Amino acid sequence: MTSGIALQILQSVLVVLAAPLVAGWVNICRAWLQNRSAPSLLLPYYTLARLFHKDAVVANTASPLFRLMPYVLFGCMWLAAGIVPVLATDLPFAPAADIIALVGVFAVARVFSALAAMDTGTAFGGLGARREMMVGFLAEPAMLMTLFTAAFISGSTQLPTIVETLAHREFAIHPSLAFAAVAFLMVLLAENARIPVDNPATHLELTMIHEAMVLEYSARHLALIEWAAAIKLVAYMAIGFALFLPWGIAPAGDWGALPIAFAALALKLAAAGAGLAVLEALLAKMRIFLVVEFLSTAFLLGVLGMLIHFLVT
Amino acid sequence: MTASLSSQLVNLLAALLLLLAFAMLAQRRVLTLIKLFAWQGAALALSTAIVAHATGQSHLYFSAGLTLALKVILIPWLLHRLIDKLMVRWDVETLINIPTTMLAGIGLAIFAFSLATPISQMASTITRSTLGIALASVLLSFLMMIVRRKAVPQVIGFLSMENGLFFAATSATYGMPLVVELGIALDVLVGTFIFGIFFFHIREQFDSLDIQHMEKLKED
Repeated sequence: MTSGIALQILQSVLVVLAAPLVAGWVNICRAWLQNRSAPSLLLPYYTLARLFHKDAVVANTASPLFRLMPYVLFGCMWLAAGIVPVLATDLPFAPAADIIALVGVFAVARVFSALAAMDTGTAFGGLGARREMMVGFLAEPAMLMTLFTAAFISGSTQLPTIVETLAHREFAIHPSLAFAAVAFLMVLLAENARIPVDNPATHLELTMIHEAMVLEYSARHLALIEWAAAIKLVAYMAIGFALFLPWGIAPAGDWGALPIAFAALALKLAAAGAGLAVLEALLAKMRIFLVVEFLSTAFLLGVLGMLIHFLVT
Repeated sequence: MTASLSSQLVNLLAALLLLLAFAMLAQRRVLTLIKLFAWQGAALALSTAIVAHATGQSHLYFSAGLTLALKVILIPWLLHRLIDKLMVRWDVETLINIPTTMLAGIGLAIFAFSLATPISQMASTITRSTLGIALASVLLSFLMMIVRRKAVPQVIGFLSMENGLFFAATSATYGMPLVVELGIALDVLVGTFIFGIFFFHIREQFDSLDIQHMEKLKED
């Protein structure tokens, strides 16, 4: 039990500290692909430090909710990062929430950011909130279908159990998991405001979704929001690894397997970040109404994966 | 290759076949549609060859080769020539509401799966679990023929329905007798030629390949 708690603390701290590193790595890969000279890997840390040193500006019309939102967002993402098995499956925190509750945690964060975006009454905030809710309500069922497919295969909705089952079974090709993996990738792109759905680097008013919502924030609030976005990306990647690439994760109570798990995690995160950058370089941002088609395709793939699991067992 | 591995591979290819059927349902461009059709044929040929290898039914090798020659090479080539001559190579169909079509497709897939489950429990072939997928791709091709308005995508829907039927035959009873398969292959080839001739007639008559115009032919 104590080792479990130690692992839990280690993982939670590690994810929070390493999240900006992953964001920096994605930026570097994208810069390479676009033939630009790459920024420092540590740039996100410098940005966070700079933002934390500034004085926060809050609009006169803002309610306490506006100030509260960055902390709620950060807390939700940290909680999510504590539930998903990243290094080891032995997490005392994990029984607190299964995959359905995990989607709920992300939904809480989304509702708070939408409310806070509308709070100051600017046009951009309302616009961003509306778009975010549209993307969210399309992405959530697709996400749930993906998670259900893995849950059906392992017979449990607890993430550690799913990882244990998927990592330590004999090799078998699961067509349903292939479908779910593609669907999950599409949901990941949409939920993390990545390129075919949203462009994280733009401030063009016609296209931005996530950026429009946080336009009113400054200093430590903005720092927390950006940090939370980085943690969210890592948490989503970790869910993807847990479901589709669970190899290398340390089994319960095995401290000796930790270095391997650590190396495997670093390798997987580096590969996933590079892959994300390649995807973003290849794809163009789509019109906002095409997002409906994009995410309904993700939903379709998730449902098909689940159906095929029932048919082909 | 062990029986379980080949059965898993067939399942994977079956899933791919279903995915391609959905992709064809949602695809607007004629050119991409032909490519998807060729890929579907390739998946079909590969899965037939795997079934042939796993069960030792040598006549299935012939039908796999026939599928490869006809549906991956010859018919897509014919269709390419056809859309070049009709000058509809870059044709984009204005499909309304792809998400709704997809949802209808999911409904069809669920229907086909539940229909096939009792049948496949009686079958003893290693491919019995893919019967539902074969049925679903037949129904999806049907749906594609219903929602399309232009003639070329409708014909591709028809051809892909034949793919689904062929797959159903392989998964239920390890394929039909070779004579029947040869006959069907010939029929499909001749059908493609006849459709090609019809395309030109339709266009000559209406200056368009939109088959909605054919309703004018009705006598009131």
